[in-house]
Amino acid sequence: MKVLLRNPRRELDVAAPIRVHALLERLGINRESVLVIVGDSLVTGDALLSDDAAAIEIRPVISGGAGA
Amino acid sequence: MKCRVCRQPAVIEVRRHNAGFCRPCFLKHCRDQVTRAIDDFAMFSSTDRILVAVSGGKDSLALWDILRDLGYRVDGLYLGLGIRDYSSTSGSFARDYAAARGATLIEVDIPDEFGFDIPSGARAAKRAPCSACGLSKRHLFNSAAIDGGYDVVATGHNLDDEAAVLFGNVLRWETGYLGRQAPVLPAASGFARKVKPLVRLGERETAAYCVLSSIDYIVEECPMAVGNKHLGYKDALNQIEVQSPGSKAAFYFGFLDRVAPLFTGVAEEEREGLRPCPGCGAPTTGELCAFCKLVARASAPGGRP
Repeated sequence: MKVLLRNPRRELDVAAPIRVHALLERLGINRESVLVIVGDSLVTGDALLSDDAAAIEIRPVISGGAGA
Repeated sequence: MKCRVCRQPAVIEVRRHNAGFCRPCFLKHCRDQVTRAIDDFAMFSSTDRILVAVSGGKDSLALWDILRDLGYRVDGLYLGLGIRDYSSTSGSFARDYAAARGATLIEVDIPDEFGFDIPSGARAAKRAPCSACGLSKRHLFNSAAIDGGYDVVATGHNLDDEAAVLFGNVLRWETGYLGRQAPVLPAASGFARKVKPLVRLGERETAAYCVLSSIDYIVEECPMAVGNKHLGYKDALNQIEVQSPGSKAAFYFGFLDRVAPLFTGVAEEEREGLRPCPGCGAPTTGELCAFCKLVARASAPGGRP
């Protein structure tokens, strides 16, 4: 199962099936700092990700410049 | 997980509210939180003309979208900062949003109008890039609002931004900054009213709002901001939040309710010392305002890109 990460952009191979919370924990990512996007929607932490899932992206939500 | 409101499958969990939401109920949740912030802090009315500071990022585009959806009279203002590819990409997201919805986007390009970009201006003024960027934004948002006859400038600062700024100000007991850290800064001579209608939404929520509303925004972090203190404060607060959901909101809103009034006198004293800048007319406590000093230093020999 391919998982896209951003900042920097890179793709990881992850063994499926796996729940979103477990995936974030395995990657050492704080769940408060990202969204998990499957296809064009979001999934919650208890969602089960499998090999046949649409494109999976872990998108960071933290921005830290001078503010808009 | 089920939606707390309608019991359909949830697409996002907001642990601060101990709730999951489906797409329609989450978008309503965001609109409701913004409405509550506007009402609780008396930010503006339906007759006010609002200028939203738009960066092309998730917060400002979500704010613009929500205010338009709520029926407010709102235009966007985009500042070109001259930060290489980042500025051209972020500008295209702001323009695309406006074009697709028939919204009005005003643009001010700092390199074109003032002859320097943020990286070179920061170097010339010996400031951190985020400092030079922030003071330029505050100055130019304010002058655009005054010149354009807008009643209020709205920025996309969210709960995470405000909690991180508060954290930094408390660490250094910056009493002047603590006195000014409010969701509304009232209008004064030379100053437009400034409001932060997203203070009841975290940045995870504003990003989710954009994804679920099909709003494209720049996901990449500004290259000037990488490694700055503000990001470190957010990381520290998120370490606490994951263990104790609601901590950021309790920290920030507890400050507004119980502590901020203790510091308002300090901010009022600073405001009493303001006079018009001889360079641009903007209020300042110095001989020249910080923006005019930045322009002067960036324009000096060796200061231009």
